[in-house]
Amino acid sequence: MSASQLTITQQAAALRSREVSAVELAGAALAHVEAHDSRLNAYLTVTADAARQQAAAADRRLREDGASASPLCGVPVAIKDVLCIDGVETTAGSKILKGFVPPYTATSVQRLLDAGAVVVGKTNCDEFAMGSSNENSAYGPAGNPWDVERVPGGSSGGSAAAVASGGVAYSLGSDTGGSIRQPAALCGVAGFKPTYGRVSRYGLIAFASSLDQVGPFAHSVRDCATVFATIGGHDPLDSTSEASPVEDPLASLDAGVRGMRFGVPKEYFGAGVEPGVRDRVEAAMRVIESLGGSLEEVSLPSTDVALSTYYIIAPAECSSNLARMDGVRFGHRVDASSLTDMYLRTRDEGFGPEVKRRIMLGNYALSSGYYDAYYKKAQQVRTLVAREFESVFTKVDALVCPTSPIVAFRRGERSDPLAMYACDTMTIPVNLAGLPGISVPCGFVDSLPVGLQFIAPRLEDAKLLRVAYAYEQATEWHEMHAPMVEATA
Amino acid sequence: MTLSADEVAYVAMLARIGLDEAEMEELRGQLDAILAHVSQLQQVDTSHLLPTAQVGHLADVWRRDEPRDSLPPERALANAPQRDGDYFTVGAIQE
Repeated sequence: MSASQLTITQQAAALRSREVSAVELAGAALAHVEAHDSRLNAYLTVTADAARQQAAAADRRLREDGASASPLCGVPVAIKDVLCIDGVETTAGSKILKGFVPPYTATSVQRLLDAGAVVVGKTNCDEFAMGSSNENSAYGPAGNPWDVERVPGGSSGGSAAAVASGGVAYSLGSDTGGSIRQPAALCGVAGFKPTYGRVSRYGLIAFASSLDQVGPFAHSVRDCATVFATIGGHDPLDSTSEASPVEDPLASLDAGVRGMRFGVPKEYFGAGVEPGVRDRVEAAMRVIESLGGSLEEVSLPSTDVALSTYYIIAPAECSSNLARMDGVRFGHRVDASSLTDMYLRTRDEGFGPEVKRRIMLGNYALSSGYYDAYYKKAQQVRTLVAREFESVFTKVDALVCPTSPIVAFRRGERSDPLAMYACDTMTIPVNLAGLPGISVPCGFVDSLPVGLQFIAPRLEDAKLLRVAYAYEQATEWHEMHAPMVEATA
Repeated sequence: MTLSADEVAYVAMLARIGLDEAEMEELRGQLDAILAHVSQLQQVDTSHLLPTAQVGHLADVWRRDEPRDSLPPERALANAPQRDGDYFTVGAIQE
């Protein structure tokens, strides 16, 4: 695949002009994995045979009826290893699910397959999507294509790296507290977390069910919109999925931002934000003004307690969701003389340190005598966080801020759990309120990408994509590619 | 440190994770630091706030009570660490 065919839009056009076939695109994506993945470790499973078959089917479909085929038909994609695919090993980056082969496919992936997508493989991630650096994967950390010694972010680090390295045009990830937007920022690609409930969670291995959302990584906002238009919408298999129809994000994509009001949350520019990141984001805000958008400072006073709220609610939900990892019906089992000992030893061997930490924290917060002080309190503060956003959105159309306070760091640099949690200060409140958020590239600090985050009100995903598209089209950051892309081009 | 070793052992048992002494001691320090940090929540006045369990603004979600296919036993059992016919098997529950 050449650098002129990096986006879905470009690949779809090349497929229709017969410049390239889906089988050739699949071959190039697989060759890219072969060439780079020993250093990048972005993939946990490569599905080469299935990909070639899907590509051949896509070529037939394009030949027979290319005009009506989806723009995703024949375009290779990588899927985060927390999304189940029938017959393909799915581990969630955990030892406890090594060898687990799901008997069904996640709705989001099924919708891609129905559109003719070609799945290249399953991508590396922090174990059960818990982490901000991909260092918590039981299968080794993924590297950042801009500097493989640095982390790609997390938890969807492999999905971000797979796109940023130029191997695939897009990938799917999941975002519980920033797990799409933060790695997108650190890897210099676009990463979109839709409104909670907009994309079905059926077949997504649950971390924190009230926060989890599936979304795309891509080289362009238009591609994110194309993927969202395909995977979004109600699913009877997910009772929390939003029933109202999805507004076509492509219809209004180029409507611009003239006359729109942007809020700049002052708490998101606090002391933890690196000066270089702040500079790049402030330069991006001037671009928005030049496009006819107006900026005003707003306040989200509960930002500092939102992190604490998340670190009660997410562990509480994960402690409950991960109770099913018990060695009885699937996954790793350590044999022991009694059932209780089997549970104890299976879960001790199967889970890594961060997952254990969060299960313990969640069990503590939910245990008798602490429930009101921790879990109920956190749920009440969650109401406050959501209300502050609602109040701000009566005054402005969207918020603009950094995605991550820092650029990609070196592996092992953040070993203290609390320091790692602070990576997600500006992404976590968005999940607590169920809002849509997107990160797009907005420049570099020391040759490492910086992400710009836009946040919109619930269900205003189309408006959010329109805003991000307007910024992206006015700048050239999304056209700058990691050294790996240049090497293959 | 406010978290006692007994409390950590109690929670580990609730979580069914068979931690050894060293792991428990390390987790005790880490959990204590995290709990100290999140205790800032106690400063927030929440007397007027209802808890939020979900943000989807959903009311009761219904579906029609119609029979439909479920996973055939062979597929449901395909990942079983140990089975006996159409059953998952485990070690002794009562000693």
